[in-house]
Amino acid sequence: MQTAPTPTVTLTKELTAKIDQVLKSHKQDPTQLLGILLDVQDCIEQNYVPEAAAFYIAEKLPVKLSVIYDCLTFYSSLSDQPRAKYPIQLCNSIVCHVNDAASVAAAFQEILGIEIGETTYDGKFTLESVPCFGACDQAPAVRIKGKIYGHLNTREKIQQLIAQLI
Amino acid sequence: MKHEVPFITRNFGQYDTNSIDSYINIGGFSALKKALTMEGEDIAARIAAVKVKGRGGAAYDMGRKWSQARAVKGEHKVVVCNADEGEPCTFKDRELIAQDPFNLLEGMLIGGWTVQAQDGYIYMREEYRHLRPLLLNAIQQAEQKGFLGKNILGTDFEFHIHLYSGAGAYVCGEGTALIHSIEGKAGRPRMKPPFIKVSGLFSLPTCVNNVESFSIVPHLLLDEQGEYAGYGSGESIGTKLVSVGGNVVRPGVFEISFGTSVRDIIYDLAGGLPPGRSLRLIQFGGASGKISDARILDTPYGYDELKAAGVSVGSGAILVLDDRTSVLDFLRTTQAFFCHESCGQCTPCREGNLHIRLFLDKLARGEATGADIAAMKKIANIMSISSLCGLGETAQSALQSAMRIFPETFAVGGTV
Repeated sequence: MQTAPTPTVTLTKELTAKIDQVLKSHKQDPTQLLGILLDVQDCIEQNYVPEAAAFYIAEKLPVKLSVIYDCLTFYSSLSDQPRAKYPIQLCNSIVCHVNDAASVAAAFQEILGIEIGETTYDGKFTLESVPCFGACDQAPAVRIKGKIYGHLNTREKIQQLIAQLI
Repeated sequence: MKHEVPFITRNFGQYDTNSIDSYINIGGFSALKKALTMEGEDIAARIAAVKVKGRGGAAYDMGRKWSQARAVKGEHKVVVCNADEGEPCTFKDRELIAQDPFNLLEGMLIGGWTVQAQDGYIYMREEYRHLRPLLLNAIQQAEQKGFLGKNILGTDFEFHIHLYSGAGAYVCGEGTALIHSIEGKAGRPRMKPPFIKVSGLFSLPTCVNNVESFSIVPHLLLDEQGEYAGYGSGESIGTKLVSVGGNVVRPGVFEISFGTSVRDIIYDLAGGLPPGRSLRLIQFGGASGKISDARILDTPYGYDELKAAGVSVGSGAILVLDDRTSVLDFLRTTQAFFCHESCGQCTPCREGNLHIRLFLDKLARGEATGADIAAMKKIANIMSISSLCGLGETAQSALQSAMRIFPETFAVGGTV
């Protein structure tokens, strides 16, 4: 399925207020850059750090814009590209792999009608393949907006999970 | 459950992790009170006496590390808690933070007192972000109660704890990368020297320890009866948290006495393999660890014993795979992980991981030649001796040990 065209996020009053709040909660500390970027990313429905926000943070902290983009592109949990409202992170590491993560991925792909790396047309779900997030005792597991959903060993559980997010 | 020994985990489930009063009620911070009456050198000596080794993976003598950190001259020093537990199949630190956050803070405070540091930093992986409110609350309550800040418990000891988040990079578990990450930069490792203990975080003398290492300390200081020393033997005294996962009936974190056999850990504590399955391989210490097969089952879990059997304790992970997974499938999954996580700075790690992945793919298609296998072996060797950091050095541990234990996996028909 095609990726829906995403309108560029601009720096509205509402967004600057949110970013200011994030900066305040991190005591305006430039060394807390990763925490700040993660929190800002959480404020945006498409789960990314828009260019306008990056410029604003660079000016406010202050920190070099190049440092912000170095971090946005270096760290897997940060994105400078729009993502879905619910990025579904499928663990691709060994413990989930041997607990039939392939069936979990197949079920998500089939139910949502997208491949890994794609976004549903309504912009609600992206399927992402990510390394171990430390939920090996609940394998096979997925992570959605920081929350772990484990023991996904039946298609019904996966259907329920998606239904609950819609 | 006869093999579980609650020493480090004795507070689990015993108090409300959101309440410092609840922690104090079960004797919380009495180890700190005791520590503040002791000389730092004596605390380090006490840790050294029971031969505690760092629990992150490198197994460096912890008492020695603390006395070295104490000896470093500097007006301002820091301790760092490495909670970037990124080795696949490792989730013991997650439990220590979730179930006993105040004990971790207490361990860091004692660490700060011992090495004469004023600041402590917890670097926690983004994947454990759900534990952030718990830790922030714990820090805040400790500040309000006067366990953190200036003049702690009426002494002139000043100590602050700061919580930092990672953002999904395995390499940040490496000391210098971790430090860059806390400084608000991309987590690329750097060459040593200067060593972290002399010039680490913000160029200050820095002592980095794992969550489990800090968590042991309060219990150890209060252990007047020598209970801890009663467990294990030789170089492996005391207890250890292991995380068992893969094809086992009851995956989880278990605190065991050193010397417990691998068989008891897998078959008794973790419930053994699913019915009707046989053991293919066991990987120790995470993705960067070595592997073995059923021959290791009767080996006691300990530093020297595992080393003699060709593997190591590492992160404390024990990955069990049954006959449904081939050795090659395992290696390819592990290799994909390292390709993703290599920071790309140094050539051996960046190119080596990529090319070994291509060779393994070729092997899986049945197209690998004897020359390919030889090249793979050579690249793995070059990576282990010439990579910039521990990631590249250990990325091929699994492959190298698999070549020894499962030579049939690498048997090829072609001779071109």
